Amino acid sequence: MIASRDPAGRTILVALALVMLAVSLVSIRYGAIDFTLEQMLSAMLDLAGGREPATLDGRIFAQIRLPRAVMCLAVGACLGVGGTLMQALFRNPIVEPGLVGTSSGAALGSALYFVIGSTLGLNPGPWALPAAACLGGILATYLVFALAETRVEGRSSIVLLLLTGLAVNALCLSGIGFLSYIARDPQARSIIFWNLGTMSGADWTSVLLVGTVTVGGVALALRFARPLNALMLGEQEALALGVDVARLKRAVLAVNVAMVAVATAFTGVIGFVGLIVPHMLRIAHGADNRYLIAGSALLGASLLTVADLVARLSLRPAELPIGIVTSVVGVPVFLSLLRTRQYVF
Amino acid sequence: MLAATDLEFRAGARVLAACRSVAFEPGRLHLIAGPNGAGKSTLIKLLARIQAPSAGRVFYGGVDARTLDVRELARRRAVLSQAVDVVFPVSSRELVMMGRYPHFTGRPSAADETVCDEVMAFSEADALGRQSYGTLSGGEKQRVNFARALAQVWRPLPGGGCRYLLLDEPLTFLDIRHQIEFMRKVRSFAIQPDVVAVGVVHDLSLAARFADRVLLMNRGGVVAEGAAADVLTPAQLEEVFGIRPRIARDELGETHLVFA
Repeated sequence: MIASRDPAGRTILVALALVMLAVSLVSIRYGAIDFTLEQMLSAMLDLAGGREPATLDGRIFAQIRLPRAVMCLAVGACLGVGGTLMQALFRNPIVEPGLVGTSSGAALGSALYFVIGSTLGLNPGPWALPAAACLGGILATYLVFALAETRVEGRSSIVLLLLTGLAVNALCLSGIGFLSYIARDPQARSIIFWNLGTMSGADWTSVLLVGTVTVGGVALALRFARPLNALMLGEQEALALGVDVARLKRAVLAVNVAMVAVATAFTGVIGFVGLIVPHMLRIAHGADNRYLIAGSALLGASLLTVADLVARLSLRPAELPIGIVTSVVGVPVFLSLLRTRQYVF
Repeated sequence: MLAATDLEFRAGARVLAACRSVAFEPGRLHLIAGPNGAGKSTLIKLLARIQAPSAGRVFYGGVDARTLDVRELARRRAVLSQAVDVVFPVSSRELVMMGRYPHFTGRPSAADETVCDEVMAFSEADALGRQSYGTLSGGEKQRVNFARALAQVWRPLPGGGCRYLLLDEPLTFLDIRHQIEFMRKVRSFAIQPDVVAVGVVHDLSLAARFADRVLLMNRGGVVAEGAAADVLTPAQLEEVFGIRPRIARDELGETHLVFA
């Protein structure tokens, strides 16, 4: 995965994997209630054996705490890798994974669900919200892509995509603003909460879906690493190095939209993780995408796990929206990293 | 052999480059000269197939470049551009290794690593390998990029056939010593019997000194093609550049174009 000449990169990846394991263990142990190691172990054994845990605590652990922890890992990995892919594709360090319309489209889809669903008095079941959000994210991304496809020769198609993404994001945000404005109070609050993100809805079914998309997405993303490296030099240079830039662009966008739309659908909009994860890794060890993609899966998973732990512990037994934690904790860390280390873009 | 027929590139209604028929033979250094806006860089990009022409075709060894897979083409054709900027921190060594990307999948082989060592030594970039590309000076960047382009086509192709090296104003950031050495190195690479080398240079004295063949361009079209002494004549240059050079002979008996 990593070049034979990059032992330092491999060391960082191993360390990140260990960190991920450690924060996951802390995360499943502490929360609204704390579990002992014996409780955790016996509940996990029951789960592995397909048995219902005997105690209430055991059931809470197996059916709520554990899927939530796995969901954090999967969504964090999706956002981290999505951020890396988008920054590499756009050759731009300020890009977030939702830039091409995915998260704002998902937010608009969910807002439509909250307002129209409750106005019409529909009760379409637990999968309607994620479905509406996922569909919104995919449609908005497709709109961006369709509008940015151009037959004009000699124009940078990737810059056009970036600008189109900004425009469609603005459109979606004004749609959300309008829906919040006309919504009655409980709906408006639902829209706000969804835009701040939460991990509390995770169950094994949704975890299985998000987890599958995550594993598939990361595996595909790793195959884009070398072509994305070549793209660092520019579109024409990448072409000269044998990269089919048009095909790479479509493939990267497809993988990114699948990961981000599915993750966002179940957790709401979680900002900042996708932006800072690639930067933290680049500050540590440069911009080789083989290292960055693998590392951003591990670091994104760890960061979101820590953020969720903070969200659950800071107002015990209530919890903070996770999007607030990622921003409040992430921004100062990010700014200090940018200022104190020598970081050449 | 690298050839093109009825090649044209338009931006809107303006024709940036057009040439009815042009061919570049292996074993010689071909240099393209001409004033600003003559279409030199555009022609190089069209020939390299990193810019699609508005009309016309490019042939690599008689094969239409459109039918070649981009990766297949990249194994035999390298391009060195005017200036390459990278927004993210990447080591010079990895940048040179990118020249081997078309040649391997998975990990670079020992042979790929060897090629990188050789081209970095050849282009005097071997001391820069561990440094981040973004921290290098313009001239150092150009040497690293030269190594990357050479890495693409350094070894003869296993199945035979020509290798192609296309240079787009490669001297821009080099000081006078590095300009001369760069041209010497390009020439020593270009005179191999299976190498087709075409480059754009601004300095007419360097073109006269190092080129086997010179292609003179003006206003998007080809004005003259031939041996340097036949193309870079005072009359021809005055017509194209609007300034007439004198020809001076130095104490070693070499002739120079003097613009004053």
